[in-house]
Amino acid sequence: MTALAWLIPVALFLGALGLVAFLWALRSGQFEDMEGAAYRALEDEPPDEEVDPR
Amino acid sequence: MTAHPTELAKQVPVATPATLVLAVDEMHCGACLRSVERAALRVSGVDSARASLAARRLSVTYDANRTGEVDVIAALDRIGFAAAPIETAKQDRGDARQKYLLRRVAVAGFAAMNIMLISIAVWSGEGGDMDPALVSLFRWLSALIALPTVVYAGQPFFISGLAALKGRRLNMDVPISLAIVLATGMSLYQTMLNNEQVYFDAAVTLLFFLLVGRYLDESLRVRARGEAQNLLSLQSGIATVFDKDGTQRRVAAHALQPGDRLLVAAGERIAADGVVHTGKGQIDQSLITGETAPATVRTGDQVYAGTLNLTRALEIEVTAADSATLLAEIGRLMIAAEQGKARYRRLADRAAQIYAPAVHGLGAATFIGWLAFGASWQTALTYAIAVLIITCPCALALAVPAVQIAAASRLFKRGIMVKAPDGLERIAEIDMVVFDKTGTLTLGKPQLIEDEELSDDVLGSAASLAAASRHPYARALVAAAEQRLGSVAPATEVVETPGEGLAQSLRDGMEERVGSASWCGVDSGDSEGAEVWYRRDSEMPVCFRFADAMRPDAPETVRALKRQGFDVALLSGDRRGVVERIAEAAGIDTWHADMKPADKIAWLENRQRQEGKGPGRKVLMAGDGLNDAPALAAAYASISPASAADISQRAADFVFQGIKLAPIVEAIDVGRRAHRMAFQNFGVAALYNAICVPLAMLGFVTPLIAAIVMSTSSILVTLNASRLAAGGRP
Repeated sequence: MTALAWLIPVALFLGALGLVAFLWALRSGQFEDMEGAAYRALEDEPPDEEVDPR
Repeated sequence: MTAHPTELAKQVPVATPATLVLAVDEMHCGACLRSVERAALRVSGVDSARASLAARRLSVTYDANRTGEVDVIAALDRIGFAAAPIETAKQDRGDARQKYLLRRVAVAGFAAMNIMLISIAVWSGEGGDMDPALVSLFRWLSALIALPTVVYAGQPFFISGLAALKGRRLNMDVPISLAIVLATGMSLYQTMLNNEQVYFDAAVTLLFFLLVGRYLDESLRVRARGEAQNLLSLQSGIATVFDKDGTQRRVAAHALQPGDRLLVAAGERIAADGVVHTGKGQIDQSLITGETAPATVRTGDQVYAGTLNLTRALEIEVTAADSATLLAEIGRLMIAAEQGKARYRRLADRAAQIYAPAVHGLGAATFIGWLAFGASWQTALTYAIAVLIITCPCALALAVPAVQIAAASRLFKRGIMVKAPDGLERIAEIDMVVFDKTGTLTLGKPQLIEDEELSDDVLGSAASLAAASRHPYARALVAAAEQRLGSVAPATEVVETPGEGLAQSLRDGMEERVGSASWCGVDSGDSEGAEVWYRRDSEMPVCFRFADAMRPDAPETVRALKRQGFDVALLSGDRRGVVERIAEAAGIDTWHADMKPADKIAWLENRQRQEGKGPGRKVLMAGDGLNDAPALAAAYASISPASAADISQRAADFVFQGIKLAPIVEAIDVGRRAHRMAFQNFGVAALYNAICVPLAMLGFVTPLIAAIVMSTSSILVTLNASRLAAGGRP
């Protein structure tokens, strides 16, 4: 039974971690453009910050 | 992005950051996405640019002192993307609501899974050797997870339910809120007393499923609304204005002022209402009038925002812009008509109106009954609450949404988009179908009437001249030639005289002409004008006739509708003769010509009301033009082809793809089946309640029974609905 004392908190903590990760992703706009992201992954060139001298 | 803040501060005293959201048309692939972003970033003063392929929008942050929206739009225009700013007010109300729901879905999902994990352990140990202290601990743990979840994730239902109560109405959210609050409250109470009736799992799982349904519903709407906004913004978009010193400047259409002078190039849409200042040409006014034949305009003629300039650049003096245009006025007419439709009460809410008093009455009866038989008030209250929970509208709340999602996905596979969530309910109740002519019953594009006598040679020469023009008849001529001859080589030295025709000098001093009868020197007298003449020097002129072809299955569709007992009518803004001919060809007996948008509304409202003479008709309006938009909004249910004006698509409950009319029959059919199925689902829910409520009233309900009953009825309802999506006829 003592196993439960730490198993349950661990289970809850892991679940909460997933929830927080999802909420963070939602807030930071990871789900803004589900179609575009698929194409961006195929992009050969490095991101703009490095190439674009502007 | 790489500029240091200090550097920026040196260049410009005050950097004014600003953001801009643009609708970008034609952005379909990853490569477009990159080029759009790059083009925007290359504009000096732009800090960041992020394009979204799903929304077809580009968000730009820039320094307002160094650049402006017009520069960004011009940069996109240079690489071939039409872009238009979306007004800040309209940008993302829907998005915010969607995220609001999604956050709650996530929280409820997390809580439901964890509570279920604990509950299953408790159920399995029921009556066995589980330590009572451990059971109690588990219940307290569930309470700890459930309470904050209900408070947070239940908000959408509580807010809507309270709003309904304040307005002295009942909607579905009232019993849902009550069930969730009571289930949670009683479970907490029972946990404190260390009793068995603990239902945190049921309350939170219900919340989770309901939120998923709400979210799906909302995302469907947000998507449709976003697309409509993009299109509406692009419709008027950007205009070229002459400044006082004669220089040209590009400005957003909503920033135009009366008195501005616009230059409208051939092929552009006119961005504001105005009068023609200089120039003569033909414009396509179908957006406003529904009339496909182009109209000739000269200096001093009135033109309207949204109409398409076909032939030659026009200079226009603005008389009304932005919200003062006729286009905006029609939009307002439409919104006013839509308000009437908002009075429609959704099926689930109507069910709730009967259901909620019954449930609350039964709960009260249980309480009083047990008290009367001498039970303590705690026991009586416990049983009463058990009744309320067992009748918790799980299945009832799912009955309609589950069917609607299944029906919408079935229609989607057949190219019909359900835009209004309650459209399916309304289309199931209609008893009359009213068509618009141009673009709905017909294809809305002139087509050459094929003639055996037309030689390939003549058709080819005429088409190669016509290829230089944007005129609808010219395009139809080219399309017909391409179909017959394969390809058309455009002539190079063509001169176009707007409103008259095209001419080209041939090598040996001869001349070819394509255009109106007078242009080709023919005295055509009383022709209806749907014709183009071709003459090669002094040879006999040849006549090409055009007609707006009917959709191929129009007569068949009308027959099918009549067979199912619907009345069919045709309302058109077009001329009498044309309407009569089409009505006859399609087999429609009731038709009216020369109807303005307001006439159509009046006709519909007259039919739908029928004062004092029994119930009014319920009309399905099928239309496509901007001129139909108010009628679409006023009708009981409405459907538009995907080729329709954007505002009409926005007004319509359904939008169908393709050139066939059969989707109308299909939509009615699926709507009716969905209606039947929703009632079957209500039946399932009612049956479960009929069996379980007496048990609960007598105090026999254990948590296990409650859990099984609640979930099986919900599953059954969902399974029943999925029959509709599966495709086969039941």
